[in-house]
Amino acid sequence: MSHGPCDACEELLQGYLDRELTDGEVLQAESHLDGCDYCRRRYRFEASLRQYVQTTAVERMPVGLMEKLTQLRSADG
Amino acid sequence: MGEEEPELDGRRIAAEARDRVRFEEEALALADQVYRVARRLVGTREEAEDLVQDTYGRAFRSWRSYTPGTNLRAWLLRILTNLNLDRGRKVQRTPDMQPIEEGDYYLANKMADSQGEQVLDQERVVEKLSQDSIVTALAALPHDFRDTVVLVDIGEFSYADAAEILDIPIGTVMSRLHRGRRLLKQTLAEEAIS
Repeated sequence: MSHGPCDACEELLQGYLDRELTDGEVLQAESHLDGCDYCRRRYRFEASLRQYVQTTAVERMPVGLMEKLTQLRSADG
Repeated sequence: MGEEEPELDGRRIAAEARDRVRFEEEALALADQVYRVARRLVGTREEAEDLVQDTYGRAFRSWRSYTPGTNLRAWLLRILTNLNLDRGRKVQRTPDMQPIEEGDYYLANKMADSQGEQVLDQERVVEKLSQDSIVTALAALPHDFRDTVVLVDIGEFSYADAAEILDIPIGTVMSRLHRGRRLLKQTLAEEAIS
């Protein structure tokens, strides 16, 4: 199965999700996504994966660390 | 004139003390965000705590080298990634030459292949991946890839900030990010379809 124009879209997708494309590239990606179910599904999948990785991998600072850091501030002050 | 100097000095010292306090408060307000990134750069909670403490120790000592108005979080992370490198993390060369065959759609395609294209329309399809598997897959990335993926995907830094923090060209950030994410998806795909 060949995805001719989809290959170009796949190429742009990560930068598109990162908001790091030029205006021209954004237009190119969006006009392709508008007309292509295959890529639109994958775009949504990538977007939710990105968000899921982010929320999943986040671990709050342990209790007590803030106090240790605060103590460092007056160490040589 | 000689009599004015002590007063000027006094004012200068007071102004500097205020700047310093402000710097410390701003830095401390970012501690949770700094820790989140640190935690994913190293293997254990204890290492992350040590690394963050060392970072703040150094930051508080060299606060004068921070330029007010610039990105303080990036400045702190730059100290942190340097310390992390210095702490004798095992020298591991990035397998830059090793091709990564699978494309960006690899994980999505695997899931679609095994469960049908429509599975991708389900809102919570990614939650088929366990939280553990994501943390493990991130930890398993080669260091250079992991640093970049963690800074951009967990720390939400721009490519330019990540380049500055890691002291590498922006093109290198992009290629490491690209390859790191692909590797991550390959690992996740093994679980998703098993």
